[in-house]
Amino acid sequence: MVRLITHNLLACHVKGCTTNNFPLVFQDAQVEIHEAEFNEDFIRGFMPKIEWKALVDSARQLGDTSLPEEQPEMADDDFLKTLHHVLLEMHIEEGAMVCQNCGHVYPISNGIPNMLLAEHEIG
Amino acid sequence: MLPTPDLSHLTKEDFIRVYEPAEDTFILLDGLENDAVELQNLDPKICLEIGSGSGCVSAFVGKLLGSSRCLYLTTDINPYASKCTVSTGKQNAVPIESITASLDSPLALRLRRNVDLLIFNPPYVPTSSEEADAAQESRGIGGSWAGGTDGMEITGLFLNNLPNLLSTNGRFYLVGVAVNNISAIHQNLRGLRLDGKVILHRRAGREHLYVMKFMRILTP
Ligand SMILES: C[S@@+](CC[C@H](N)C(=O)[O-])C[C@H]1O[C@@H](n2cnc3c(N)ncnc32)[C@H](O)[C@@H]1O
Ligand SMILES: [Zn+2]
Repeated sequence: MVRLITHNLLACHVKGCTTNNFPLVFQDAQVEIHEAEFNEDFIRGFMPKIEWKALVDSARQLGDTSLPEEQPEMADDDFLKTLHHVLLEMHIEEGAMVCQNCGHVYPISNGIPNMLLAEHEIG
Repeated sequence: MLPTPDLSHLTKEDFIRVYEPAEDTFILLDGLENDAVELQNLDPKICLEIGSGSGCVSAFVGKLLGSSRCLYLTTDINPYASKCTVSTGKQNAVPIESITASLDSPLALRLRRNVDLLIFNPPYVPTSSEEADAAQESRGIGGSWAGGTDGMEITGLFLNNLPNLLSTNGRFYLVGVAVNNISAIHQNLRGLRLDGKVILHRRAGREHLYVMKFMRILTP
């Protein structure tokens, strides 16, 4: 599965590609919504690990504009539910993720990202 | 006793292309289960399994810790293993984020010191380096066991990344066999400021299997 929670953790790792290699930009993304069990402790615990701007921009790319520009200091219930939806319920099933720096294309098929590189691209 | 995850959706044909859970898998499950209380108290937010194969181990951990309490990430170089890992997650109601990749490569940047639970049952069988390289490149089932010199070439590569990945209180579970030189692994990781011990040891046919657990050495 590629959900935004995972996308927020993936970077381009082509040899020598070390700046602007995160976040990867979606291309031709097909999104499916699947409900996930809401766990407040998990969402709260995960918040400090999120690269906020990357998450907001990526969600917008996929047509979801529900997140605020800045991560709020106080997370109320509504906000946590919104964040839960964006992180865990949007599944990118097909398409690709592209590095903004080197242009490398990482395909997504059946919800699985292929991050493998050819021998000469490995650092 | 937690049951072994339901793998009834996988067929003989699947196990031609992906590693079928065997004694090494089961000793790892036993090691994790023995530590159940400790792991539940650790309350990990990110669990990463390298080389997930059928997905049996991550599904088991998901059952042990709770499917919504933690993010279950896996990698495997075999694309077919990634697919089986997803379906095993579904079959056992554990959402597993399966990624086709070598070791932690696309995650290393962002997961820096963020992995609370790290698991690897690596290709540990001694082969020639050429055979291990070819198996890695073919991305098929041969990569499940071909480990190169001392069976340590793939594991060795990974161990160097390890200190960057583990969170402050993170735990790393590693499967090995006697020919991998278990005490050398411990020595190597001590050099990287990780402390470890053998938590289970079992003989299965010709193999002496070990489950090791490592943690950061915390300087007060
Ligand atoms: C011994 S099998 C273990 C499978 C499963 N975790 C289990 O315990 O049954 C080793 C797995 O590691 C995978 N693997 C080998 N080299 C790898 C690499 N460089 N990166 C990620 N996975 C790798 C293999 O494809 C295989 O699925
Ligand atoms: Zn790049």
